[in-house]
Amino acid sequence: MKRFLLPLVIFLTVVGFLAVGLKLDPREVPSPLVGKPAPMFNLPRLDNPEKTISPKDLLGQVWLFNVWASWCGACREEHPILVALSKSGTVPLYGMDYKDTRQDAQQWLEQGGNPYIASAMDTDGRVGIDYGVYGVPETYVIDKAGVIAYKQIGPVTEEVLRDKILPLVKRLQTQ
Amino acid sequence: MKRIFRLTAVFCFLLAINAWAQEASAGEARPLQENAAVEAQVQRLSEELRCLVCQNQTLADSHAELAEDLRQEIRGMAAKGMSDQAIIDYLVVRYGDFVRYRPPLKPSTLMLWFGPFALLLAGVVGLIVMLRRRAKQAADAPLSVDEANKVSELLNKES
Amino acid sequence: MIPEIGHFALILALLVALIQGSFPIIGAARGNAVWMGLARPAARAQFLLIAVAFLCLAYAFATMDYSVTYVASNSNSKLPLQYRIAAVWGGHEGSLLLWAMILSIWTVSVSFFSKHLPDAMRARIIGVMGLISIGFLLFMLTVSNPFERLIPAAMDGRDLNPLLQDPGMVFHPPMLYMGYVGFSVAFAFAIAALLGGELDAAWARWSRPWTTMAWVFLTTGIMAGSNWAYYELGWGGWWFWDAVENASFMPWLVGTALIHSLAVTEKRGSFKAWTVLLAICAFSLSLLGTFLVRSGVLTSVHAFATDPRRGLFILAFLVVVIGGSLVLFAWRAPAIGRGGKFDVVSRESFLLANNVLLAVAAISVLFGTLYPLFLDALGLGKISVGPPYFDTVFAPLMAPALFLMGVGPIARWKQSALPELAKRLRWAFGVSVATAIILPLLLGHWTPMIGLGLFLAFWIFGTSANLIYQRLRGPELPLMTRIMSPSRSWWGMVVAHLGIAVFTLGVTVVKGFESEIAVRMQTGDVAHLAGFDFTFEGVQEIEGPNYSSSRGQIRITKNGVERTVLMPEKRVYTVQNMPMTEAGISPSIIHDLYASLGEPLDGGAWSVRIYHKPMVEWIWVGCLMMAFGGLLALSDRRYRMKNRIKATGSGNAAEVSV
Repeated sequence: MKRFLLPLVIFLTVVGFLAVGLKLDPREVPSPLVGKPAPMFNLPRLDNPEKTISPKDLLGQVWLFNVWASWCGACREEHPILVALSKSGTVPLYGMDYKDTRQDAQQWLEQGGNPYIASAMDTDGRVGIDYGVYGVPETYVIDKAGVIAYKQIGPVTEEVLRDKILPLVKRLQTQ
Repeated sequence: MKRIFRLTAVFCFLLAINAWAQEASAGEARPLQENAAVEAQVQRLSEELRCLVCQNQTLADSHAELAEDLRQEIRGMAAKGMSDQAIIDYLVVRYGDFVRYRPPLKPSTLMLWFGPFALLLAGVVGLIVMLRRRAKQAADAPLSVDEANKVSELLNKES
Repeated sequence: MIPEIGHFALILALLVALIQGSFPIIGAARGNAVWMGLARPAARAQFLLIAVAFLCLAYAFATMDYSVTYVASNSNSKLPLQYRIAAVWGGHEGSLLLWAMILSIWTVSVSFFSKHLPDAMRARIIGVMGLISIGFLLFMLTVSNPFERLIPAAMDGRDLNPLLQDPGMVFHPPMLYMGYVGFSVAFAFAIAALLGGELDAAWARWSRPWTTMAWVFLTTGIMAGSNWAYYELGWGGWWFWDAVENASFMPWLVGTALIHSLAVTEKRGSFKAWTVLLAICAFSLSLLGTFLVRSGVLTSVHAFATDPRRGLFILAFLVVVIGGSLVLFAWRAPAIGRGGKFDVVSRESFLLANNVLLAVAAISVLFGTLYPLFLDALGLGKISVGPPYFDTVFAPLMAPALFLMGVGPIARWKQSALPELAKRLRWAFGVSVATAIILPLLLGHWTPMIGLGLFLAFWIFGTSANLIYQRLRGPELPLMTRIMSPSRSWWGMVVAHLGIAVFTLGVTVVKGFESEIAVRMQTGDVAHLAGFDFTFEGVQEIEGPNYSSSRGQIRITKNGVERTVLMPEKRVYTVQNMPMTEAGISPSIIHDLYASLGEPLDGGAWSVRIYHKPMVEWIWVGCLMMAFGGLLALSDRRYRMKNRIKATGSGNAAEVSV
């Protein structure tokens, strides 16, 4: 008698997983770099190609690292939020212009506003690969020791900012 | 004067030979990538790695820009002589196990790799046990008198 | 106006389905002949109504009515007519309408070809199919309406996905759906048997032709999809173990087990519980496949646009239908009872082993497909499970089943002896082992997988040859008479099994011995592969109805003798601005020569990939043979005996002699 119940039990287990699966996104690739030191780079700055920028320069503070591009549609969505964030001065915001041209990038920032203290130019995308970037925009929260604390995949929304990023930043800043 | 003449003649001769040599080899299609061994490694790895921006495609089949970039990256590493495992590890450090179409063997994937074979074994064992048990069941019960009579009736009718 | 008629027809169809799904089943439980009698008219009415809805949608496509959202999303004024019609099932909502349409076709067929069934059974079968139909119609009317209006209407449509603009698209989904949905008949038969309590050889006999027909369609549909991917995607692949491909393969595996199990239940009265469970599982896997494609739970190139509400609806539907049927199974199965006895070594036990092996294979495919979801749901990380996994795991799993395919048909029912079997099989065994070792060495390349594949293929060839020889030899009768003497059912089995051997051989040879080159070609350049010379003769720009194309010309010669000309294309479909490769293929029984254009390079050159694929067509020929074998079995004389059965009186589950 009991063994005839087995198919039903197996089925209900699978259904349980499928139900949970409805809330998950199968295409989201979580970053294995969370909890690890931010990969090193030394890239030319967007505003001044003679100078370079590197995570080493930013040790000792909590900062946000936003990967963006002028050709990226979703970046337009999050841009006003980032501009507002930069005005509030809560946390320094640095950018990385991914696979873009200097001219297009500067034009885009002129049009939409520049929330970044500085932007690095990753023209060939190799630093992006080091950071596990697979789709712009992506944003990293990096702590005082230069360790990646969190990665936001996709545009930063009000909810994400309010519920995840800002509380984390506050916590890291008091450390 | 004579020397310049000779030099010019030699020069023209060399040009001619060069042109002829190029003419002769213009017919052969050249491989897209020069180093065949490296390219074989790139192809082999690309077929096992996932394109992260596609709807389920390998790096080998995808035309996406990131796929192109990653293939280039792999080519660079292969040219440096890195082994298959080293190249895969490099990508896994950055993108996680998601990028591998052949799931790595770790505690969380033991069930995946061994489950089917365990199930096969269980199925076969269960089958044999069940078959043996069936065979051991009492032989078919003998017919009752009524049933035996009915059988002879039917058999006689047939003939 | 027309779309509204279509929408209204669907609403009416739902009302009819509600009647069809309730009255006949309750009537059968109560013995109410009037209520049971509602089954057939309801099935026919539903068919007409859904057909009207389908035609309305097709009309909207044919007349380019962009005030219907679904048409605007999947069509375009430049899209040729045949693809506009095929676009009816190109997206989520329309494909659901196709599902419902095909379900109603199967139901109405059952209503016509069921005169020999007892009234109660027929009522239950049609009733169950009505219940399933309720689910799909409700789904469409609530969250997936194909007739939803777009106001204001679009100026032009967003075009059908260019990948689908191909003859294969017209053929592959309907074939596949005929298969998937066809298993609902076997499912309905099983539920009817569980409800009515009569599960016997007669039930198996009635159920078999329907199941076999669905299986034939599914085999053809999967084959068409594989062949389509091969010539359409441009990289020569034909199976990717993509979630949706697996979703069609799992019902096929279980369906195959079901056909074999039904044979045993019909002939020997055994395996009843197995057969019922397999029938439930086959259709359940079809429904699960529907869920996987539309819920967004798994990524796939086949996935339709997703919406969590839709996923939730289908999941609830799954719980009701599958959960309900498994509850019914758990409750009623103990009363089913055993059939005849059989020895540890007997044809029954080999077929039972076949059931187990195919079930394990299907579960493994399901497991591999859902595993990333399992880990993600448990927070254990994100992995991908792709072809390397399935190729490694599936072949060893199927190998025993393929081996048994040689043994089963020669084993006797009820009681057989291993030594005797071994003696009969030793010739075939020797030939297959020898071929597996010698052939690859002759061709210059041996791996264990090649060895295994060749062994199994020639094992089946050898044992089938032996089987045919033993069956056909004997009295001095003309050959034709001797060929006609075994039943079509028997020949169907032989042909289908040979089809599997042909398939296995094709897969083994192409995977073991294919080769490719990637070259840069300028006009006049020659590439070499597999002893052939490929001369690039330049690229021509041409305009299609809704695309612009760069068509290359590659002349293939061997030793200076021209063989053929390939014309691979690189198209850009104007509306969606999507690039597509059309491969140039020269197929033949021995090999395919395959070329696809890559990118234009500097200096007017192009990157070109050229493939040599030995015996790849055997893959699809094998599948067609399997399907043909199924058709042969279907046309067996005993299924035409139903008129004689009718004469013995309906209303009782009479045992009919074999």
